[in-house]
This record gives sequence, structure tokens and C-alpha cells, in this order.
Amino acid sequence: MQYLLSVLDVDAGTATPDEMAAIDTFNERLRSAGHWVFAGGLAAPDTATVVDNRDGAALVTDGPYLESKEYLAGFWIIRAADLDVALALASDGSRACNRRVEVRPFR
Amino acid sequence: MNTVDAGAAITRAHRAEWARIVAALAKRFGDLDIAEEATAEAYATAVERWPADGVPPNPGGWLTTTATRRAIDRIRRERKRADKYREAWMVADDGPAEPVGAIDDDRLRLIFTCCHPALAAEARVALTLRLVGGLTVAEIARAFLVQENTMGRRITRAKAKIAAARIPYRVPSAADLPARVSGVLAVLFLVFNEGYLSTGPDTDPVRHDLTAEAIRLTRTLLPADGEVTGLLALMLLTEARRDARIAADGTLVPLAEQDRGAWHTALIAEGHHLVRQRLATGEPPGRYQILAAVNAVHTSARDARDTDWAQIVALYDHLVRLDPSPIVALNRAVAVAELDGPDVALATVDRLAEPLAGYHAYHATRADLLRRLGRSHEARAAYDRAIALAGNTAETAHLTRRRAQLAPPPP
Repeated sequence: MQYLLSVLDVDAGTATPDEMAAIDTFNERLRSAGHWVFAGGLAAPDTATVVDNRDGAALVTDGPYLESKEYLAGFWIIRAADLDVALALASDGSRACNRRVEVRPFR
Repeated sequence: MNTVDAGAAITRAHRAEWARIVAALAKRFGDLDIAEEATAEAYATAVERWPADGVPPNPGGWLTTTATRRAIDRIRRERKRADKYREAWMVADDGPAEPVGAIDDDRLRLIFTCCHPALAAEARVALTLRLVGGLTVAEIARAFLVQENTMGRRITRAKAKIAAARIPYRVPSAADLPARVSGVLAVLFLVFNEGYLSTGPDTDPVRHDLTAEAIRLTRTLLPADGEVTGLLALMLLTEARRDARIAADGTLVPLAEQDRGAWHTALIAEGHHLVRQRLATGEPPGRYQILAAVNAVHTSARDARDTDWAQIVALYDHLVRLDPSPIVALNRAVAVAELDGPDVALATVDRLAEPLAGYHAYHATRADLLRRLGRSHEARAAYDRAIALAGNTAETAHLTRRRAQLAPPPP
């Protein structure tokens, strides 16, 4: 079972050195325990571009696809046996990156 | 075999076997939705067949086998959509029904799943009543005063989340247990209260199946922590009064007017024993332990006039510090009325008007205080409001009788 752990942030502030160090430690734990699939931090939402080619004529728009109070600042994709394991990892991840984390299962 | 016997056998089997069958199927097929639906279908089949064919010698076994077949049928129908795991599971575990010894573990797993913190609080209660208590969606909707299709969606959504997010079907680890138990207790208390003061015009005023189930499930959590013991004691001391609480004509009898000789002494003795056991630990009590102590004081009085109201008010003072909610304040006011008089209590109650405007017990309490103060006109209005909001048939009857006893309105 794979879960997306989305890191939510009110602004596009990057992680502090302390947060980075805690995230590295957490990532190492994910790898050694076999939970690691992928992770990444994202650039600020105003660097985003939206492409819409649903009707065959690609429309390119500057900016994030929706205005929101909170943005996706980064994410982990983890492998976990069930939601309890995923929630426990998300709890440690939230502490490490010092931000709220949304846990959502893949299909 | 006549229809009445078959009907009684189905009711009995529903009470005794529903949660066990859902739990066993959930364990076997790993899908609560299938477990619930197949169990419901098995009971529906029993309703059709038993009056004609007779009640099978082992109703629980018959229902389990029928439900299992229905579940397998449904999985085969949905084979294209069903995932590989479920298919593999069916092949791997096509054995006989669970042995009796595993029953409680299965039910306990089921209740921890239904009460998982990743589910919305209202969904936890609804799921527990549906999957563990075996209530219909319509009954649950009535109990929580929402439309049936709203409640149906709530339950469906919760089951879909359990499946999609893989909320585990197991008893939590020791580290998570205290927090998870507290969530389960909140749900069990709601189930008990729904049984003790059932809602709905066609519902028995006391649903002993629900109160018994809540007590039984609380016992299975022992001895996790002091609050489990507290809640069990609270339920036992409440349940002990059930026969005295409803008069022969179906009217609710208030505590002060109950025939205390009709209280169940064994339940009271066990409740008192549990309260003393908690007091002896010297640990600070939680809300259920305090409420159990309140009920221990009530059930220690041979006559309502002997009730130690000062102690009850002191216990509520303690509870208000833990939980400063308007409902606790209302219950404290009821005790204050006995200690300091209805006028003092009414002053407190009137301050709760805003948060409790939609709560029948608020209006019933206020009506009673106004009646005792001789303010019949205002009492009548408060009784009207309480009757409009009360969902329990016995309580409605009691409030209606009290209203009729008021001095007649001026011509």
C-alpha cells in the first residue's frame, strides 16, 4: 500500500537548516525501514504553470491552478502496511519538517 | 412453526449474533462493506425462510453460513472490480466458520476499526451502531435526527475510506491504546445512551439490546485504564434502574419517584465495587469515574430523600473543572435544585438557554424547576418545547402527564 504524504505550508518559505537536518534524519529512517518510495520539496507556488490540452489546443497559464491559503510545499510517497503505520510516519514527518501533513492513499 | 416464533428467533439471533457475524466476515474477506451487506442479506433471508421452513437448530451457524455464501456471491459478481488480494484471500481461507473462542477478539477489532480517529466523530458512532450494534440506517438516522439518506451517505463514505485508506482491522498497539480506548469509550457511551433513552416513535423506550451490547463491549476493553472501569460502573449503575424507570403504562418514572426495590441489586453491587476499586487507587478520576461516583451516591440512598445531594454537587463541581460544557452545567443545576432550591438552579439553567436551545433535557429541566416554583404558565411553555424535542416515547409520556398536572391556564 502506498500513501502520499503532502506537506502543507501557508507560504512558500523553504525549510530552515534545522528542519532540513530533521527531514534528512527522517528520510534515512524511511529508507532503512523500507518505507521510502520517493520524496521531494517543491519550489514556490508562483513558479507553477498550468497546461490544459483537453480539447487539443494547449492553453498555458501562469500560476498555480487554484488560489489557496495553503500550498503543497513538498511530499513523500511511502510504502506502509496500513493507515496506522502511515499515520505514525506522517506524525514523525510533520514533526521533522515542522509543517502539517495530509495522508492520502493511492488507489 | 408459526410466524411469531420465527420472528422471536430472528430478533434473538439479531441481538446475539449480528456483530459476531459481521466481525467474522470482515476478518475473512477484509471488507466491511461486504461483511455488513452479506450479514444484512442473511437476516433478510431468515425473515423469508424461517416462518415457512422452521427455525434452524443452530440459528447463528445458519446465519453465518448464509452470510458467507452471500459474501462470496457478491465477490464473484464483482470479480472484475475486486482486487487480486481479495481473490487470493478467498482461496486461502475457505475454511469453516470461526471457532467460538475467537469471537470477542473479532468484535473488539471491529469496534476499534469503527472508532478509528481517522474517521469523523459522527461517522464513528454511526458505523459502530450499524456494524457492531446492528441497527438499521433508518434507526441510526432517527437517533441522530438526520435524514436517512444523509446517514446512509455518511456510513458509505466511512466504509469507503476504511477500504481505500486501509484502516487496519485490529486492536491497536500498546503505545496507541490509551488514546484509542478513550475514543471507543465515547462511542460506547453514546450507544448506551441511545439504548437507555431510545429515540423514535415506533421504538421501545429502552433498547436493552443496545445497553447490554455497550456494557458487554466495555467489559471487553477491561482493564485498559481507569476510565474503562468508570464507564462500566456508570453503565451498570444506570442499567440497574431500568425496570423501575418505565411505568406499566409506558411512562418514564423520574429517579425520585422510582420504586427502589425494583432496582437490580447485583448490578448495583458490581457498580459500587468498581467505584470503590477506582477510589482506592487514589488516581485522579476522569469524567466517567466521576459520573459513576454520582450514580453510586444515588444508588446508595434507600429512599430518594436520603440522597446525599451535597456530595453529588461536589462531584459535579469536580466534573465542571474537567469538562466545562453546558450539558455538565445543566446536570449540576439539577443537583443544586435539591440542595439550594429550584430558584437557585433556575438562575443557572437560564444562563444555558443559548447553547442548549435545541436540547430537550434543557427544556424538561427548566419546566420542572418552573413547575416547582409554581410558575405554571412558563412551565407549560417549557413542557411544550421539551415535548416537541423529546424523541423517547416514555419521556414524552412523562412530560405530557406533568404538563397536564399543571394548574390550568387562566380563562
